[in-house]
Amino acid sequence: MTQRLDATFGALADPTRRAILARLALGEATVTELAEPFSMSQPAISKHLKVLEQAGLVSRGRDAQRRPCRLEVQPLADASGWLERYREIWEQNFRRLDALLEEMKAAKRKRTTKGKRKS
Amino acid sequence: MLNTGTLKVTTPSDREVMMIRVFDAPRAMVFDAFTKCELLKRWFGPRGWSLALCEGDFKVGGHWRFLLRGPDGQQMGMRGKIREMARPERLVHAESFDDYPGESLVTTTFVEERGKTTVTVLVRYESKEVRDAVVASGMEHGAAETYDRLAEFLESTRSSTTGA
Repeated sequence: MTQRLDATFGALADPTRRAILARLALGEATVTELAEPFSMSQPAISKHLKVLEQAGLVSRGRDAQRRPCRLEVQPLADASGWLERYREIWEQNFRRLDALLEEMKAAKRKRTTKGKRKS
Repeated sequence: MLNTGTLKVTTPSDREVMMIRVFDAPRAMVFDAFTKCELLKRWFGPRGWSLALCEGDFKVGGHWRFLLRGPDGQQMGMRGKIREMARPERLVHAESFDDYPGESLVTTTFVEERGKTTVTVLVRYESKEVRDAVVASGMEHGAAETYDRLAEFLESTRSSTTGA
């Protein structure tokens, strides 16, 4: 399971591969169609597709002529507890926000105290 | 009501993610932290990443742009457009990542009770597949983080506020 998760996350660690997945989320496509939006050669795109196939995120159709690529979401769903990981990242963001809000409140208290002393 | 500090994340539908979190601060302050660049830079982004660029017009119809820079020099760009903005209670914006086609719609509401603010963030993606791909790739960025630096930061903040 860990190996599969590593393969999934490794596959997702590249912006071009993520963009390929996002495009496939809208429907299957051939390698030519996938290469189109990138200023990248077909062999380069094929390299990325191989990584995605090995991670089980993309499957290739059997049609010998076209061999369309299709998104397989099961590995993403299987990255079990993905929601938990999402929660962890945002938890960290929000803890930093907690600290910032404490600073802001302290600064506000300081300004209010100064004002009172003057009057 | 949720306890302060507990983050709840749910999937109300197969293309949405919802987060609910309580902050110990008045909502005008929390709203500002979500909509002012100098404050966003202090907390937004996976740890190890910095909000290297934050610019734009945080007002209805305004566009904004973020550039997140990672520990190894990687860059992640985001952009958005403000659809609704009613300080201090509601913010609706469309956002997209440079690496992905399509955009998601984010609705953030701020409700204050007894000096504490409950923030609800609802992110609606174009499809279940896009949601799962974006969220899982976010995991990849966050997976490398440890909690050591967070503990350090909290410690330094605690000592600076008590010092004041």
